[in-house]
Amino acid sequence: MIDANDREIIEALQGGLPLVPAPYAQVAERLSMDEDALLFRLADLKSRGVIRRIAAAPNHYKLGMTSNGMTVWDVEDDHVTELGTQIGLLPFVTHCYERPRALPDWPYNLFAMVHGTDRDEVEEKRAEITAILGDACRAKDILYSTRILKKTGLRLKTKG
Amino acid sequence: MTLDTTDRAILNRMQDDLPLATHPYAAIAAELGIAENELLSRLTRMKEERIITRFGPFFDAAAMGGAFCLCAMAVPPENFETVLTKVNAHAEVAHNYERTHRLNMWFVLATETPEGIEATADAIERETGIEVLRFPKLQEFFIGFRVAA
Repeated sequence: MIDANDREIIEALQGGLPLVPAPYAQVAERLSMDEDALLFRLADLKSRGVIRRIAAAPNHYKLGMTSNGMTVWDVEDDHVTELGTQIGLLPFVTHCYERPRALPDWPYNLFAMVHGTDRDEVEEKRAEITAILGDACRAKDILYSTRILKKTGLRLKTKG
Repeated sequence: MTLDTTDRAILNRMQDDLPLATHPYAAIAAELGIAENELLSRLTRMKEERIITRFGPFFDAAAMGGAFCLCAMAVPPENFETVLTKVNAHAEVAHNYERTHRLNMWFVLATETPEGIEATADAIERETGIEVLRFPKLQEFFIGFRVAA
């Protein structure tokens, strides 16, 4: 849960952290806070998991990783935790989740995002996942992204 | 623009956490063996060139008492742009991708309350007349996120 002060801090930072030598001091000034007080609140937000990390979001496309495949798998429920853990550790998998099926159209319960410089590379990586899942996998598919339609990240409503 | 070795080292390091310190970039620059002003000017350039789409805190809506949910819709191609405008008009739609499948529109809802997911998905169904399939995460198996530059 977040309080009004947390909310102000999150609103001030959701556009990003300034690229200046003392960025927290600049944000603190905007919020009429001491820098130390802001750093303390940020450390608290991190310890509570509200802030996962302060980092760069790279543009995969501009880095030449133009092929993005959402691989999906129908894995026996009894094995999904063990196998999901293995798949999540693969260096080329950026996100891996168990999600509910939407039967009858959507039998898949394991999702793993794979990036590559082209579809051949993504298919090679997908074959590695196929080999790991073995007989526990009953059906599979891959959905390539063909267009980014929106990418803004979380936006708080201006006063909640 | 092309990325040189220094740019790539910066990009790899900056996908990890920035310290909470008065001069956080100076600390990273020292790690990388470059000057603080060089780090900042390269970061600024990569941001302007959209190689870095965003630099700052990654928030977890769930830890704030809110929720995330992956959703999918099967949008008839002839109505795609109309539906897209209606879907993207919702501030709760954080990312949206077109994908190669009958379910061709995949987006993430991020809301400040768990109820916000259902409310937003239901609103999109009403506005578009298309079912919004909901795939909330049941388990997360390590989030690497990082991409080697």
